[in-house]
Amino acid sequence: MADQATFTEQAMDLMPSLYSAALRMTRNPADAEDLVQETYLKAYRGFGSFEQGTNLKAWLYRILTNTFINRYRAAKRRPDETDLDDVEDFYLYRRLGGLEEARAGRSAEDELMDLFSEAEVKAAVDALPEQFRMAVLLADVEGFSYKEIASILEIPIGTVMSRLHRGRKNLQKALFEFATNQGLLTGDPDDPDEPDGSPQQDGRADRDDGVPQPQAGRTPPSARAGGRKKS
Amino acid sequence: MPVEDCQDAIRELYTFLDGELTEARRAAISGHLDGCHSCLEAFEFEAELRVVISHHCRETVPEALKERIAMLLAKDPATSD
Repeated sequence: MADQATFTEQAMDLMPSLYSAALRMTRNPADAEDLVQETYLKAYRGFGSFEQGTNLKAWLYRILTNTFINRYRAAKRRPDETDLDDVEDFYLYRRLGGLEEARAGRSAEDELMDLFSEAEVKAAVDALPEQFRMAVLLADVEGFSYKEIASILEIPIGTVMSRLHRGRKNLQKALFEFATNQGLLTGDPDDPDEPDGSPQQDGRADRDDGVPQPQAGRTPPSARAGGRKKS
Repeated sequence: MPVEDCQDAIRELYTFLDGELTEARRAAISGHLDGCHSCLEAFEFEAELRVVISHHCRETVPEALKERIAMLLAKDPATSD
């Protein structure tokens, strides 16, 4: 049986991850602290049921998520797939592709990092409806697999994928809108000046013939889009 | 199944970036990206954006919270001496 000393040794280092997730879930520092504290106490007391060798982080996230759902969520579980716009693929890339490599000598990642402030990214994540926000956080911030997310949220893998797909696209749209409102970007988000033959912009552009062409030209990036290896 | 065109690659964009494709499928997409500059750029943009989002969502745990939790665990009835 897993003992309490082992818990302290292994679980305390995961607190930054759990606190980050708690803050995005509750959107409130005081509630996030309470949520993390309650999660650690529950996990500590229940550590005997944790199977050593399995993923401790995923186990803690499951407790965090359940605690959040039971305690901090006012409404009951809502029906899935609600309250979200249908956003086109590559929403941001269509508008910003090329832009972020405008300055010489900097990586595209650095440019994007500057383009969106921490506050804007957090605001855009926080604006997502809860079920989408949680799926996106677990995948894109914490790096959990579809299977782990399905287990943490207690939903089927197909639902995980669908929430991720829609959540990510809506996150891109929100990011663009926040950044535009802050004046960092210029232009009308609904009417980018695209060349002829560009895909439609009405949010239902799922029938493109190919990838969109960004507005500005980019030099070929280093070929490192290999994706994570399947674990 | 080979990657016939960009549509095939785009359809699997997220599963590819998530590392959730089978090895064979991953290799097929990689092969397409090697020869298709526009797809490669779009895929890289999505990958870079994800790094930025993840980076900006990292929080520092307040010291007081760390201390409070450590203290609560130490004096919890579940703690054996």
